Amino acid sequence: MNFLSVGFRTLVYKETLRFWKVATQTVAAPILTAMLYLLIFGHVLEGRVQVYQDVSYTAFLIPGLVMMSVLQNAFANSSSSLIQSKITGNLVFVLLTPLSHWEIFSAYVLAAMVRGIVVGFGVFVVTAWFGHMSFLAPLWIAVFALLGAAILGTMGLIAGIWAEKFDQLAAFQNFLIMPLTFLSGVFYSIHSLPPFWLTISHLNPFFYMIDGFRYGFFGQSDVNPLISFSIVAAFLVGLSLVAIRLLSSGYRLRH
Amino acid sequence: MTAIQISNVEKRYGTLQALGGVSLTIEEGEFFGLLGPNGAGKTTLISTVAGLIRPDNGKITIHGHDVTGDFRAARRKLGVVPQELVFDPFFTVRETLRLQSGYFGLHNNDAWIDEVMHNLDLTNKADTNMRALSGGMKRRVLVAQALVHKPPVIVLDEPTAGVDVELRQTLWQFITRLNREGHTVVLTTHYLEEAQAMCKRVAMLKGGKVVALDTMAALIRRISGSQLIVNMPQGVIPEGLRPLVIHNETGEHGHRYTLRINEYSEVEGILARLREGGAVIDEMQLQQADLEDIFIQIMDKGTV
Repeated sequence: MNFLSVGFRTLVYKETLRFWKVATQTVAAPILTAMLYLLIFGHVLEGRVQVYQDVSYTAFLIPGLVMMSVLQNAFANSSSSLIQSKITGNLVFVLLTPLSHWEIFSAYVLAAMVRGIVVGFGVFVVTAWFGHMSFLAPLWIAVFALLGAAILGTMGLIAGIWAEKFDQLAAFQNFLIMPLTFLSGVFYSIHSLPPFWLTISHLNPFFYMIDGFRYGFFGQSDVNPLISFSIVAAFLVGLSLVAIRLLSSGYRLRH
Repeated sequence: MTAIQISNVEKRYGTLQALGGVSLTIEEGEFFGLLGPNGAGKTTLISTVAGLIRPDNGKITIHGHDVTGDFRAARRKLGVVPQELVFDPFFTVRETLRLQSGYFGLHNNDAWIDEVMHNLDLTNKADTNMRALSGGMKRRVLVAQALVHKPPVIVLDEPTAGVDVELRQTLWQFITRLNREGHTVVLTTHYLEEAQAMCKRVAMLKGGKVVALDTMAALIRRISGSQLIVNMPQGVIPEGLRPLVIHNETGEHGHRYTLRINEYSEVEGILARLREGGAVIDEMQLQQADLEDIFIQIMDKGTV
């Protein structure tokens, strides 16, 4: 594997250029959606919910929305690119090349991370004005943003390889990614949940991404960030092994 | 040097044997034709060579590089024009070609990209989005994509299906030039006259197996030099001439026989024997056997 190879860089460039050419849909729209979440939930719940000491609900909500946008858009990039290429048949242009499965995996995931981070940054820029944000541990912010984007980029790749029609991909997105994201503590602290749902939430890897990311801003979290980091990193390694195995075996790509 | 070596390649989909032990050797610089009816296994074989399909058994090398074990080197040697009219709707023609070039490790390749576009009459469409191109233009881009990395082996899977005469001429001029310069060309086509005009050697596939493999000249010789076609409103062909009949049909205007002849001098004797047998001939044609005759015979009988 050569991360500096022209082939790898070209595939990253292509996957990045692809979403940038339709930036209204892929960047501007999710930023607007996150902004609407903030305005509605912030307006309704501000003053009624206090999650962390000295942190307003709106300020608590902003990192959650940023991370949710990072995750959803990283997933959308790799999954939609792959399924469209498979269904229209133009994936053949990648499969005919000397690119290795490592290079294909890394390029799709890196481009997905770029989109996730770009959208997340955009969401932060337009929402940060509404809360008093602090940056107590910026390294953790970067680490969890990058890990979260990589995980969802990898999940998108797996979903894109597995799905053979848009319907299957939509099922993956609506019945797995969306519930895991919304039930991960974007809008609330899991400590406000009943014991049963608190236990269930601890099984959700998305919770650790958002909790660790939030720690970077406020220095407070539901779980120690080192534990979150370990779980998230292990999850990424496991998913990456699955994705690389699928690519190397040619599962649903090379018949 | 051997350009493509295919050794006992098998591929099965459930109960369907798509490739049943295909073996072929295509030498460097050849213009090779791969012919057969729909479902014969041509595209499966090409896809297996290109690494898009993994064979159940057998081995394929391109310029000595195994398409599975040494796929990077093998794919650098190969340019494939797929049969399906596929394209990426996000990009212009030039972007598409630059990206394809980059996948093969070529960063500054604009000089060759410009030459390929010029030779395929694509220059004035360079900045046009792929979605806005006609079917014929999209087909040209597919050909250009297969050539951006100057592969020594070029595989064209039905490259002229559904395209106009102008593109065919442009394409064949360019491909012929590349073949003259040393590129190996493998062609599948349903246009047998195209294969006859371009290919020096052909393999015919049927049911996933090679049923004929020879030079074009030898194949045509095998079926003999010419055919005599006679239409007879009255009478039937005498018993002694029946071994020469390769085709016959009966219509409202009588019997129509196609007889194999080795030399034109045989015509007089055949006509005399027909008259002796009481036949009346109202129409007669002499024609050279062509690839289509061979193709029909092989597909009907399995051999010439």
